[in-house]
Parts: sequence; structure tokens; C-alpha cells
Amino acid sequence: MRYIVRRLLQSLFVVFGVSIVAFGMLFMTGDPTEVILGDATDRMSVAQIEEFRVKMGFDRPWYVQYASFVGNALQGDFGYSFIRHQPAYEVITDKLPATIKLASFAFVLSLLVSIPLGVLSAIKPHKPLDNIATVLALVGQSIPSFWLGILLIMFFGVYLKWLPISGSGTWQHIIMPGITLAAFPIARNMRLTRSSMLDFMQRDFVRTARAKGISENRVIYAHVLRNSLLPIVTSIGLELGFLLGGSVITETIFGWPGVGREIVAAIGSKDFYVVQAGVIMLALIFAGVNLLIDLTYSLIDPRIRYGS
Amino acid sequence: MTEIDPAAETQAVVANPAAALRPKRNAFFPRLFRSKAATISAIIFLVVVIAALTAPWLSPADPSAIKIIQRLKPPGYANSAGTTFWLGTDALGRDVLSRVIFGARVSLTVGLSAVLISGTIGLLVGLLSGYFGGLIDDLFMRICDIQLSFPTILLALTIMAVLGSGLDKLILVLGLTGWVQYGRIVRSQVLSLKNDEFVLAARATGERQWRIIFQHILPNIWSPVIVIASFTVASNIVAEASLSFLGVGVPPSIPSWGTMLADGRQYIGVADWLTVPAGLAISLTVLSINILGDWLRDYLDPRLKNLL
Repeated sequence: MRYIVRRLLQSLFVVFGVSIVAFGMLFMTGDPTEVILGDATDRMSVAQIEEFRVKMGFDRPWYVQYASFVGNALQGDFGYSFIRHQPAYEVITDKLPATIKLASFAFVLSLLVSIPLGVLSAIKPHKPLDNIATVLALVGQSIPSFWLGILLIMFFGVYLKWLPISGSGTWQHIIMPGITLAAFPIARNMRLTRSSMLDFMQRDFVRTARAKGISENRVIYAHVLRNSLLPIVTSIGLELGFLLGGSVITETIFGWPGVGREIVAAIGSKDFYVVQAGVIMLALIFAGVNLLIDLTYSLIDPRIRYGS
Repeated sequence: MTEIDPAAETQAVVANPAAALRPKRNAFFPRLFRSKAATISAIIFLVVVIAALTAPWLSPADPSAIKIIQRLKPPGYANSAGTTFWLGTDALGRDVLSRVIFGARVSLTVGLSAVLISGTIGLLVGLLSGYFGGLIDDLFMRICDIQLSFPTILLALTIMAVLGSGLDKLILVLGLTGWVQYGRIVRSQVLSLKNDEFVLAARATGERQWRIIFQHILPNIWSPVIVIASFTVASNIVAEASLSFLGVGVPPSIPSWGTMLADGRQYIGVADWLTVPAGLAISLTVLSINILGDWLRDYLDPRLKNLL
């Protein structure tokens, strides 16, 4: 119980930090009026700019502004997008399902590929399959996602014409962005599974299992793999952060209509309330899922619950 | 073979226990050359460094010279003045080869400078937080929680969006957002070292706190710091290219691999020479640094394998 309370307090603190960063964003250049209006200030008189400042409440002390920012945000009011002619909150929530769909697809894909490959590599280390998988993992961790995306578009979109290069209409549309987003987690989880499996195969309980005469398959899958998956489960939370952050680039390359692409577009058009709303939502989802994973994990593993 | 004087060796061990545990320095290159992958990576990295240092002399043309008349010419094109463009020209008629060579400058400058900033901050915070514990440590851990709940690329993107593009801003942003992982590792190392006998002995003799931290503890935690630094050079290069690709990194006037990919993206299938050289340059550079980092980790301290 103490762990759960501590973990909840920690999440609250994180939410507080996220709100400070998102709020501070508009103040980074010193004057939020300038950030919001951008080049439009050139065409406005000093009185007009001042009027805007007062209307938006930027003339008040920062702590009053922060309090009203938090108050509004709690009611789902993140300001109004003058470019989209829509509340910033709605601009982002409209795009959330697409981002979640892409991130979930990449997540499932990464587990389906990385764990079997890691297991196969560990069963026969330093054999051809392991060597190929290790090289692929190294390349997968080093190749930037936007370059991988461009390569996929080049081969499967432009030359072979097998897959659509942009958009989100059919099931074929998700394949290339999904692979692009999953490449890094596949590489990392594969290496993690392999090294964790190799580590556990040396342990005494595995030797005992073998000595009991259990079939090799059972030793590998029921004894070694089950234990090896723990470090992967632990890293799943952080992985989700990577998938949400990585979606910014992947969605931009493939024209996937999600939050990431919306944030980049909003940056281009200086639509800062949308940027703010998008960043807050992604960070909150990330913090929320991490909290859920940690709490579930504490239920599965009593060592965490009792703080040892 | 030189003869070893056992008495002298014992003396050396007593005088400097850390030095005795370290592998001998002269074994560095022989050990490096024994690994084929590390040797090839070192050569690639050296080539990139030389390209960056000698870019003005090495590149055949001015990377920013716009000449619309010779736009989108394929590799090997020679103009009437007799200049050959080995990798072709881009949409503004600029020499792709020269831009790739100059791009190495941006990548390495950003990669290395940002590591210096984040490494210094992370090292100091980790040392203080691990050694003193208490309030500093609590504060540090909470900041870690907040920063880990923001995907780094999203945080950097947000800040760059407000500040506007620029090489100096990019270095600062990547430096200031990347220190947490150094801080965490350094802190954990300090925690495990601070109750070791040599630290307790130093404390017992009445040495000042800062001397204990910087002269006794610091020399013993360099290995993980150097290894993380090598990996972060690679991740900074990817981050720079990603942000430039999204249009918020370095300004368009400076040739960078990221902007080259963003520009060339529109010409996939029409002029692939705009994207392939820059994409290969980033991937090979990052891959070689990652392989060297792996090797460095095993060289400096094989036990770090479980940590990093």
C-alpha cells in the first residue's frame, strides 16, 4: 500500500513538472505575446499589441497565469487554435486515435519479432542465425527512423509499388510506418532477450530442471524464457515513451494523421496552443501508462510491493 | 620479455589501487585491431572526423553556391566549366558531395559539444546527489522522473519550436536535455563506492569533502561515463538530424545531413542521389560510433555490460 501511495505521489509530481514545462514554453523567449502573435506584431500598433496582451491575461504576474493555465487545462481548455478555428484540445483529441493505433501496432510488431529472434539467437549463440540477428540488431539501433522510412518508401512505395507511401485509409497504410517505428524497439528487445536468456541459462535452477530430465523445450520456454522476460516487461514503459516520441517523425514522413504530425504542422504554422496541448497529452499518456505498468508489476512481483 | 619486479608491482598497487585494476594503456590499439568490426568502425569514424576538419579543402565546390541552371543533375555530371559533380546536384544546383562533406561538420560539432554539456552537468549532479544524498538526491530523482516522462525528442522539439532554429541553440537544448542518464549512472556508481574502504579511509584522515569526491571517487567512475558519452555522441547526431529533418534544427543555410534528407524527400524516385548519400553518411557514422562504444565498454570494464 505504501508503495502504491508513493508511486501515485510520484506521478502527481511528474504531472506538475509536465505542466511547468508546457506552461514555461510560451515564456522561453521572455514574452508570450510575441510567441503567440509571431510576425503579426510587425503589422500591429503598440496599442493593439498591448490590448492583445491584456486580453490574453499576459500582463498578470506569472503565478496567476500559471494558476489559470492549470485551472483551464483541468477543464480541457488549452486555448484556441486560430489556424484550425477549433479549441486546441479538440485538435489533439481528434488525432489521438490514429497515434494510438500506430503505436500499438508498432508495439505488438516489436514484441512478435524481437522475442522469438532473441530466443533463437540465445539457444544457439554464435551460430549463423545469431550472427545475422546480432548484425541486424546493431543496424536497427543505428539507422535513424527517418532514413529507414525514406528507404522503405523508395523500395516498397516508389519502385515496387507494393505499398501506399502516405495516408491512412487501408490496412496497407500502416505497414511501412509500423515497421519504421518498430525497428528500434525490435533491435533493443532482441538484444535484451538474448543476453537475458544467456544469463539465465547458466543459473542453478536451469541445471536442476535439466537434471530432472525435463525436455529441452520445456527448460527453454517454461523456465528460462519466463524469467528472461522480466527485464523486457520492465522496459515496456520506457518503450512506450519512445513510440510516442518517435511518432512525431514517423507520422511526418508517412503523412499519418496523428498527434505527432499535428504537433510538427502546428510548429510550422506557429500554432503554439496546439503544440502545448499535444505535448501535454502525450506526456500525460506516457506518465499514466507507466503508472499502470508499475502498479500491475507490483501486484505480480511481491518484492517491489514490500520495497526490497 | 621484460621481467616483472614483484616488489615494485605491489608498491604500485598500494600507491594506486584504481590503476592496478585498469587494463594497461599500451594494450589499447593492439586490442582494438584484434576486433575486425571495431577496426572498420574506427576507420569510418576517422574518415568522418577528417572530412569534418578539412571540409573547406576537401570539398570540390562551395556547398551553398546556388546555380538553378544545373539543378537535379545526376551523379557524374560535368558542367561546361569542367567541374564534375560526383554525387550530382540538388534542387538548387548545389553540389551534393560537398554538402555531405560539410554535413559531417554539423553532425560532429553538435554530437560532441552537446555531450560535453550534458556529461558535465550529469557528472556533477550525479556525484553530489550520490555522495550527499538527502534533499539534493530527492530533488534530482524527481527531476529524473519528470524528464523521463518526456520523450527527449519531443522535449527538444518543443523548445526548438519556440526558440527557433540555430546551431548554438540546438547544442544547448540537446546538452540540457541529455544529462539525466549520466546523472543516474554516476549516482548509482557513487552510491556503491562511497562506503568502500578507500573512501572511508580518506574520510577518517580528515580529507575535505570535495577532495574525496573529485580525487578519490571521480577517478573510479570514468569508465561508465566515457561509455555513455560515446553512445550519446551517436544519439545526438541522430537527434540533430531528426530535428533538422523536421525543420527546427540547424537553419537551412547550413548544410546538414538531416536537412538534405528533408529536401530530397520530395524527389524520391526522381533524384535518389539527394537522399542516399546523406542517409548512408548518418547511418554509417552512427553505426561506427555505436560499435566503437560497445568495444570501448568491453575494453574499459566488461562488467558494465549489465549496466549500459
